[in-house]
Amino acid sequence: MLRYLVPLVLFIVLAGFLWVGLHRDPRLVPSPLIGKPAPEFRLPLLKDPGRFMTTADLKGKVTLFNVWATWCVSCRQEHEVLVELARNAGVRILGLDYKDSRPDALAWLQRLGNPYVAIAFDANGRVGIDWGVYGTPETFVVDRHGIIRYKQIGPITEQVWKDKLQPLIEKLRAES
Amino acid sequence: MIPELGHFALILTLCLALIQATVPLAGAFRGNLAWMAVGRSTAFGQFVFLLLAFGCLTYAFVTSDFSVAYVAENSNTRLPLIYRISAVWGAHEGSLLLWVTLLGAWSAAVAAFSRSLPPAMVARALAVMGMVSIGFLLFMLLTSNPFERLFPAPPEGRDLNPLLQDPGLAMHPPLLYMGYVGMSVAFSFALSAMIGGKLDAAWARWSRPWTTIAWVFLTLGITLGSWWSYNELGWGGWWFWDPVENASFMPWLAGTALIHSLAVTEKRGAFKNWTVLLALFAFSLSLLGTFLVRSGVLVSVHAFATDPSRGIFILVFLLIVVGSSLAVYAWRAPRIRGGGSFDLLSRESFLLGGNVLLVVIAVLVLLGTLAPLIYDALGWGKISVGFPWFNRMFSIFSPLLFVLLGLAPNSRWKHMDGGQLLRRIWIAGAAALITGLIFGLPFFHGASPLVGLGLALAVWITLANLATLLDRMKHKRSLGALLRQPASYYGMLLAHLGTAVAIVGVTLVSAYSVEKDLRMDPGDSTTLAGYRFEFEGAKPRPGPNYLAQHGIIRVYRGDRQVAVLEPEKRTYLSQTRPMTEAGIDVGFTRDLYASLGEPLSKGAWSMRLYYKPFVRWIWGGGVFIALGGLLAVADRRYRMAVARRTAAAGGGVLKTAGGKA
Repeated sequence: MLRYLVPLVLFIVLAGFLWVGLHRDPRLVPSPLIGKPAPEFRLPLLKDPGRFMTTADLKGKVTLFNVWATWCVSCRQEHEVLVELARNAGVRILGLDYKDSRPDALAWLQRLGNPYVAIAFDANGRVGIDWGVYGTPETFVVDRHGIIRYKQIGPITEQVWKDKLQPLIEKLRAES
Repeated sequence: MIPELGHFALILTLCLALIQATVPLAGAFRGNLAWMAVGRSTAFGQFVFLLLAFGCLTYAFVTSDFSVAYVAENSNTRLPLIYRISAVWGAHEGSLLLWVTLLGAWSAAVAAFSRSLPPAMVARALAVMGMVSIGFLLFMLLTSNPFERLFPAPPEGRDLNPLLQDPGLAMHPPLLYMGYVGMSVAFSFALSAMIGGKLDAAWARWSRPWTTIAWVFLTLGITLGSWWSYNELGWGGWWFWDPVENASFMPWLAGTALIHSLAVTEKRGAFKNWTVLLALFAFSLSLLGTFLVRSGVLVSVHAFATDPSRGIFILVFLLIVVGSSLAVYAWRAPRIRGGGSFDLLSRESFLLGGNVLLVVIAVLVLLGTLAPLIYDALGWGKISVGFPWFNRMFSIFSPLLFVLLGLAPNSRWKHMDGGQLLRRIWIAGAAALITGLIFGLPFFHGASPLVGLGLALAVWITLANLATLLDRMKHKRSLGALLRQPASYYGMLLAHLGTAVAIVGVTLVSAYSVEKDLRMDPGDSTTLAGYRFEFEGAKPRPGPNYLAQHGIIRVYRGDRQVAVLEPEKRTYLSQTRPMTEAGIDVGFTRDLYASLGEPLSKGAWSMRLYYKPFVRWIWGGGVFIALGGLLAVADRRYRMAVARRTAAAGGGVLKTAGGKA
């Protein structure tokens, strides 16, 4: 008779996950990496596999480190905003192309424009794991000392830029 | 005053729902016919008051009453009337009101068209629907009241999300919700039958037409949603495996399994356990979909309104509804006796196989949707499941399903002779094999294994299903014999052929779409898939609540002009980010699709051009599938049978009502 309980038990397990999920709302819970130095990595560049991006490249200037992929629907939305920011707001944006294919990614940049100073290519998502990437798009604000100061989960919209990122970046730039 | 009236109507509805959830149920336990009959009146009452509430909110939108917070957030005086009406369900609070109003409509329909059913059965089913209604009404009144006032009232409202200002979207949520909520009927009947302890073929018979109608709505809703995203999102895609799309696809898969399983239970008395479980699943997945969309637990492009505190409410509600229904199942299912036996080679086996595949796909979609959440909760690290994973999963399991789609209609109940089956299907099989080889092996330019597989399956489904027609006319080949076949048979045929049509569309558009991104100056032309696109330029053109850059692209084939595409880039007055409105030339074998990218210097634009072969077939298939469902419900023979059999089953009614449980 126990087998008739299986659906109920499975459902309760599922509900447990949903419950945990609610309390770990990806938009609200800050990343444990905030206030810590950016995780070490060394990845080939998307456009030039012979050259590499490392953690050191994040230092020196306040930087947006944007994790994206061509299979990610929200990234398309976000991309227009990034292009706009790179053009008019003078922000330095570095990219992490996450679990993607190189031809797809190159075609995407060609089509939609390239807001990135450079893009690291994380084919198997290994570096994404170190950074605690939950889903794309995600964007880390890294200060000039290479410390992660903020993590934006979900697309950067104009609202997000105005309300959160712009004030934060201005504050970080003012810090010496 | 009017909004308060609406608010008051909601509170009254809640009171009626409380009565509906308790009195008829108690009546069914005690065998009190008067108490049971209460359910009918409260169902009608709920529907009337919900219509009143819905009318009040619509009135607030039509008259642009910005003292209502929800109206102020989602409307604008410059919004055209049609979108002021569809804005009623354009965001969270109104969607809920729409949902619960439709639940009222379904409950009223059950109350009205169930006079021939045993009163206790109807009473319990209406009680279950009342409980669901209580949950949604409480949710709305406690956390998301659409009638909340805003003081002081702003002079002008924000605007409806521009993405939603499209005729397709105006109809999309009502259709989808009709489907979601309609699944509550089979759910309620299943629970009612289980509580009554009499889970026989009768409940399947009653649930069938209801479930099919709900499934038709769901099919149309999903089809329309796909068409909308193609039109409105501006990059020519038609399905994204977005969590919200998955939320509508999962109940559809479970519902498809359910309507087939119900047929087996009704005709053969088999799969009783399985059918009940599917009925519970289909509605549970509908509720889960609501949870996913409304709670913000997953990040999605579609999540227009999310709020974690609301998520907790829905989750608790989900726990109560789904948890208790599965508990009832665990309690009652051991007493269900199995129905007729069947051989390995029989229609039952094939239907069971198809059912299992549908459920497997639904479970995979569910896991894929929830995987990021599950991994995170278990501390296994962070993952994100993308488009490619879903596509791979789907293309592994769906071909097996499509093979069964040709076998089941050609098989007999209980036992099918292998040789006979082979004789019926060999032509279809051979034709499919040849198609697969021609398009799958590189004999000609552009062939690929996936195209071969897709087209072979489409040919297989088409011919194998048409073969049943020949079999049915074995004795007499005449037009009269054709016309005498029951409507439900033609419904099945149409739905299965619709599947084949959709497969052709999906296969060809995935394999042979061509796209081009380029910069075009006015007067420039370019060639794509044999068509010459000539850009005439873009001019400003004001709309009712936006300013558009209106582009004109003339398309030539040879010297003949075949189409004029008019893509627009719209800036809505209330928003800053421009919206892309694609210019599309619709065709039977291909769409030509243009969308404006960014304005460049001196009237030049970056532009995306697409050639989308057979893309219409995807939605055409969806419409055929839905029409097939409608035809099946319209079967006259079926309705007469219901009346006759329920009259015969009448003797057992009082026993059920009185003693059991």
